[in-house]
Amino acid sequence: MVAISPDSAPTVQGWDRGTQARRVTLLLVVALGVVSVFSLTVGAAGTSPWAVLADMIAGREVALADRVVLFEIRLPRLVLGALVGAALAVSGAVMQGLFRNPLADPGLVGVSAGAGLGAITAIVLGGLLPAGLAAALGYYAVPVAAFLGGWAATLVLYGIATRRGRTSVATMLLGGIALGALTGALSGILVYMADDAQLRDLTFWGLGSLAGATWAKLAAAAPLMVLALVAAPMLARGLNGLALGEAAAFHIGIPVQRLKAVAILTVAGATGAAVAVSGGIGFVGIVVPHLLRLATGPDHRYLLVNSALLGAALLILADVISRIVIAPAELPIGIVTAVLGGPFFLWILLRKRGVLDL
Amino acid sequence: MIRALALIAVLAGALPAVASDRIVSVGGAVTEIVHALGEGHRLVGRDTTSTYPQAVRDLPGVGYARRLSPEGLLSVNPDLILAEQGAGPPETVDLLRTAAIPFVTIPDGHDRAAVLAKIEAVAAALGVPDKGAALAAEVGAALDAAAAEAAGGAGPKVMFVMSVQGGRVLAAGRNTAADGIIRLAGGENAISEFEAYKPLTDEAVTLAAPEVILMMAREGAADGADQVLDHPAIRTTPAGRARALVRMDGLFLLGFGPRTADAVRELSAALARAGS
Repeated sequence: MVAISPDSAPTVQGWDRGTQARRVTLLLVVALGVVSVFSLTVGAAGTSPWAVLADMIAGREVALADRVVLFEIRLPRLVLGALVGAALAVSGAVMQGLFRNPLADPGLVGVSAGAGLGAITAIVLGGLLPAGLAAALGYYAVPVAAFLGGWAATLVLYGIATRRGRTSVATMLLGGIALGALTGALSGILVYMADDAQLRDLTFWGLGSLAGATWAKLAAAAPLMVLALVAAPMLARGLNGLALGEAAAFHIGIPVQRLKAVAILTVAGATGAAVAVSGGIGFVGIVVPHLLRLATGPDHRYLLVNSALLGAALLILADVISRIVIAPAELPIGIVTAVLGGPFFLWILLRKRGVLDL
Repeated sequence: MIRALALIAVLAGALPAVASDRIVSVGGAVTEIVHALGEGHRLVGRDTTSTYPQAVRDLPGVGYARRLSPEGLLSVNPDLILAEQGAGPPETVDLLRTAAIPFVTIPDGHDRAAVLAKIEAVAAALGVPDKGAALAAEVGAALDAAAAEAAGGAGPKVMFVMSVQGGRVLAAGRNTAADGIIRLAGGENAISEFEAYKPLTDEAVTLAAPEVILMMAREGAADGADQVLDHPAIRTTPAGRARALVRMDGLFLLGFGPRTADAVRELSAALARAGS
């Protein structure tokens, strides 16, 4: 956030955008560390991680409630928040680079609509599952359905947009709108069928939450998010080339089709997993990359890494706010990200009118 | 290691424990029953739907019943959680189990037997089965008396309207608390074609031809009596022509707790007045 203050980067020796971006990276690493510690320290229950740590080192018995709060509630939430925030922000940055469109977010490849339909289906029709399957899935039914829905929508859209081994970005955008309308209609039918309690569940799902974080859910969702985070930096050079246009990128030797395929599928995997475990958390995917572009420019070599760090830090902070602001009750995190992100982003836009580019 | 300890703790928790005196009550009717049993002083937390009696409003609120926050619940340091059916989410319930805090689910339902079963379940969880039996007998007798009075009534067709937001009438079908209380009060639910609460088309409202419109009284509700009765579809019904609108407090009317006998009596009297 401090990174926003330099108005423009003067290109003098030793102080170019690259240096600045690396400083921002360092700063974000520190910020991530600080909010992580903060997130373990505060919460409705007065548990202090330092006291627990001291007890454990001294070999003293730690109270069961404290242990549950720290290791079964706060720690999985912290890790989940970091992964989801990083995955959403990086996915947003990759999509904006790939589509060369400042409004692009992972929703463009159909993930969000598909995941939403999957989740609604599981919430409303979950009772129709065979008893054995329902018991096996337990409360994983909604995340699993959301993930499958997200993936299925992306694959359908990718199939529609790809002809003779070439994916048309324009077809994908328009196809995404059509698919969104269709999934919206199907969701509408299910919403009509839903009873009161299910409607409440749907509403809360759409607002997002990290409250359901468990180690088991993390173990299932983390690999896909980590895969995207590891793969993203490898896409950086290609995305930089793509900024010149597809044809130009192809002529300077960038394997454009492979780049598209890898970018779309990793983003779908990461976003699908993120949405599945945390519901609909808006804004991170759009705001975070734009903030960093304004601060350190559009070079994806820095943008992707910094997006991951800032996304993680912001979501952890939003989660902390969501659980202390009306404690012992909890605010859905999607409300926090929108309430904080919206005005802040508008303020940045007003200050930086005219410099906005990709 | 943590798991092993947790397991031991769960086993310990399953043994007959000393009477819990730090209870979180989730669900308006459950909270009312705890108070009616004279055990209200043992409560340390409540959910957003627990608003009666007045005393419980001062307790810390742990959020909405289906979205309980695990850390929020643990922060009031409870030794028992009494929850209506459907409280959750299941992740939170699992965590409470890990933390060795007993989580008792009170069955739900919308008839006389369900009210008595709720009272007995709450009393058993609180360790006061004798008080529970006494309260159940008392409430049961009151319900019988109220039902006997109501049976003499006209039995008008009643439509429970949840809201008329945006001009759409959201009405109660079968298997709802509204349907249950209308029956107990000797009325007939004007909607029998579907279950749960659904929006009706204007034609369906006209066709249902209710003689009385029943609604919840909400603090600061925007939909005034005129707005409801002048709704283009409701205006065409017998209820609309006779201006027969009954409003009652939501938890009192639909809670199916210890006050339900009073609610039945009040509703059947209101129906008789509105029908005449």
